Amino acid sequence: MTDRRIPLALDRVRLTYPDGDRRLTALDDVGLRVAAGELVAVAGPSGSGKSSLLAVAATLLRPDAGTVRLAGQDVGVLRAAARTALRRRAVGIVFQQPNLLPSLTSVEQLLVTAHLRGGRRALRRATERRRAEELLESVGLDASRRRRRPHRLSGGERQRVNIARALFGTPQVLLVDEPTSALDHERGARVAELLREVTRTHGTATVLVTHDLGVLGRADRVLHMTDGRLAE
Amino acid sequence: MFVALRDLRFARGRFALMGVVVTLLATLVVFLHGLTEGLARDSSSAVAGLPADRIAFGAPGGAEPEVSFSDSTVSAEQVRGWTAADGVRAAEPLGVAMTRLTVRAGAGSVSLFGGPPALLPRLTEGTAPGRGEAAVSAAVAGTYGLTVGDRVRLGTRGLTVSGVTEDRAHAHAPTVWTDLPTWHTVSGHERPTVLALTLASGADVPAVDARLATATVPTGDAVEGIASHAAEQGSLRLVQGCLFVVAALVTGAFFTVWTVQRRPEIAVLKAVGASSGYLVRDALAQALVLLLGGTLLGAGLALAGGLVAVRGVPFVLDVRTAGPPVAAMVVLGLAGAGLAVRRITSVDPLTALGAGR
Repeated sequence: MTDRRIPLALDRVRLTYPDGDRRLTALDDVGLRVAAGELVAVAGPSGSGKSSLLAVAATLLRPDAGTVRLAGQDVGVLRAAARTALRRRAVGIVFQQPNLLPSLTSVEQLLVTAHLRGGRRALRRATERRRAEELLESVGLDASRRRRRPHRLSGGERQRVNIARALFGTPQVLLVDEPTSALDHERGARVAELLREVTRTHGTATVLVTHDLGVLGRADRVLHMTDGRLAE
Repeated sequence: MFVALRDLRFARGRFALMGVVVTLLATLVVFLHGLTEGLARDSSSAVAGLPADRIAFGAPGGAEPEVSFSDSTVSAEQVRGWTAADGVRAAEPLGVAMTRLTVRAGAGSVSLFGGPPALLPRLTEGTAPGRGEAAVSAAVAGTYGLTVGDRVRLGTRGLTVSGVTEDRAHAHAPTVWTDLPTWHTVSGHERPTVLALTLASGADVPAVDARLATATVPTGDAVEGIASHAAEQGSLRLVQGCLFVVAALVTGAFFTVWTVQRRPEIAVLKAVGASSGYLVRDALAQALVLLLGGTLLGAGLALAGGLVAVRGVPFVLDVRTAGPPVAAMVVLGLAGAGLAVRRITSVDPLTALGAGR
């Protein structure tokens, strides 16, 4: 398959952290290829390296060894500013906690990412605002909630805004960190279904880290991570 | 400014509180600036307004000359030497002394300037003083209700008012001008105090100074020779300087706390692709809005307060003179904020992914 159809590819990735006099291995010879429109779930106990995997895939951490290709680009050869630009262009992150900015309404949570990408001109375009409204509607946030700030939204609604924000830049890669951990079973199931749907609709290569068995059942592939090693 | 403006609206209580602090500091700084300018005018406008390029100071008895109106005297030899020096168009002897003016309506201290008509401030009424005459400044004429032809007593001498000049003061006393012979008579000084020099090209001032034992400075610098002027202005400028430092520190402290509180949001913005430069610019724009709003409001309050204060204290302030302290407040406040928001660059976007958990 070409890079265009495999937006995310990790090959023999190794990542260690300093721990006193020694180094802890967070990722050990990890390989992962995720196709466009594919939802890959990664399960594993706490401390097994799931979040490290997401951080490396999001270009937030540089591995000690191995290669990471994102949207067809070898991340290893890029400088910090170029990695940030690539992340802005090609990656959407759904955080475990919604991490919404308290001063922004739901629509503005999305528009701020457009501002980062295109400056003020992007915001002047009414189409950006309309697209944000449509995206929020598509993740199930009704019109009355779109003008509200985070403190006036429920946990489930905040998570929907979190997902919409990650999708607003039409990323090729969607990285999702424990999206249901703060939600009850019913709302968690709805969010999991929503993630599967957006992966299909938007054609993203989605990596979802979770403990939630209900979410695992909706993935195209489930990988298990133990002590930094990834296995089917 | 996308996030900055929305933060200003959202956290309006915190920013309003900080805005009030900036406003109060700006009011204090600008008001103090007006007072400083007013006192400077009151102590130096007569010297600063002299139509001369340089002022030459002498010293009696061959002592080392200093830039001091109270210590200086110039000899006839020094007057002749400067008049004959190359590149000197005019060297006018000028007498400066303090005396007491007495009229029927009352009495008060005045500064007595004795010199040729060429050095006289602009006359608003009457003519330049001749022998036994005096031209009083507008403040003296206003205070004592004097008009041309009135008699006044300066020290122990009776003089006739020949004219009224623009308002000028020296060492916080309004000026009265006479010709030099009358000045000698009234003040009791045998020699003039300084020389007012008008230079053409080619004057070698240091060489003439060395030869004639004088100390010559530009007219603007000669105000430092007015007793108490330097100490008074120095003290007020020091207080202003301290207020500028306080403004920078307070702004820096506020934005330090604000930045620390926003670390999680900054991490998220970085994780979704914001560069440190973008975030620093955003934060500085926020600081600029706060500082501009606060200082302009403070300057407005100080200008309004000055309109009231000017009735009782020397106060000079207008939009033009308020500009430098306002600009200094904004620039120093931004510098303080700049040091604070540098912390943005150290925020790790990884923490948005819960790296700390």
